[in-house]
Amino acid sequence: MKLYLSYNFDKACRTILQEQLDKFNFKYTLEGPGIVHFADSMPMHDYKLLQEQLQHYGIEIVDNQKAIMVQKIKGAILAMLAEKDMPQIKISTYLAMQLNENYRTLSNVFNEVCHISIESFIIIQKIEKVKQLLVNESLSLTEISFLMNYSSVAHLSNQFKKITGFNPTVFQKVLQNKRALTNNIN
Amino acid sequence: MDPEKLYILLAEDDQDDRRFFKKVFDSLKITHTLSMCEDGLELMAYLDDTHKLPHIIFLDISMPGKSGMECLKAIRSNSRYRDTTVAMYSSISSEDTVEEAFVFGANIFIKKPNDFDKLKKILTEVTYINWQYVTDGLNRENYMINYYTNVPDKFL
Repeated sequence: MKLYLSYNFDKACRTILQEQLDKFNFKYTLEGPGIVHFADSMPMHDYKLLQEQLQHYGIEIVDNQKAIMVQKIKGAILAMLAEKDMPQIKISTYLAMQLNENYRTLSNVFNEVCHISIESFIIIQKIEKVKQLLVNESLSLTEISFLMNYSSVAHLSNQFKKITGFNPTVFQKVLQNKRALTNNIN
Repeated sequence: MDPEKLYILLAEDDQDDRRFFKKVFDSLKITHTLSMCEDGLELMAYLDDTHKLPHIIFLDISMPGKSGMECLKAIRSNSRYRDTTVAMYSSISSEDTVEEAFVFGANIFIKKPNDFDKLKKILTEVTYINWQYVTDGLNRENYMINYYTNVPDKFL
């Protein structure tokens, strides 16, 4: 025996969506095909769960929710680094508090989108700041290590070398030569 | 900010080395496209011609015709390539060459290892860090990373 079916795709998809969404405690309305409007923002955990369940039916969330979260993480880190007195709490606690999300989730999303860890991102940003202080403001390593909360000049130099491959003073010298050359050409 | 593909260009005259690099790039997790040029002249012609500029150029220092250093100078004297990262590499170089490359505007200098895993480690790191420069607009003048003496154990 064979059955011949005719589908109403729109209705089928709406029904699946509703069934899945109703499993959560969201206030939502379906706004035409392919758009769901939520009354409130959604915790990342629920978002991931929903994404997983919809994927099962071949429904993909077309959204860059993760990219938005990464931007928020980066924003919080940069704001923290810009402050004169850096918070004395652990960075994971700080970010979890700022973004109201558990650190594990933050860290996983960050790795997935950026290909590096949050910790590496922070170190890269710190070293960027050190470079600026070194070449633009001509501060000494002692001053920089104090400003940037390094425990010692040795710690600063080691981290600098690890990230850039240069000793800070060599880096400074090479960059000065580079600038001199650029000025000569122009 | 959406992870668009990383666009890599390689200039290398040795066929075996091109294959070696390609194999390493193929093993990277980051989505990318790789184009290759066989010498410096071809590289410059390619750059002049292309409408899609590479994010990063891997440039062999010693090539016949137009050397890597000459290419670097040409690239850095053209503002069209301002945001393109140049990673120079060589298996035999002196400290002076390394410093000269940075002064002339190279962003990365790699002492090329012959070992697959070592090269993979370096290229992985270079492409990932470079991605931060693409997405976060870090300062390009200060973008100098020296892999000449330093064995990377940074992140991965």
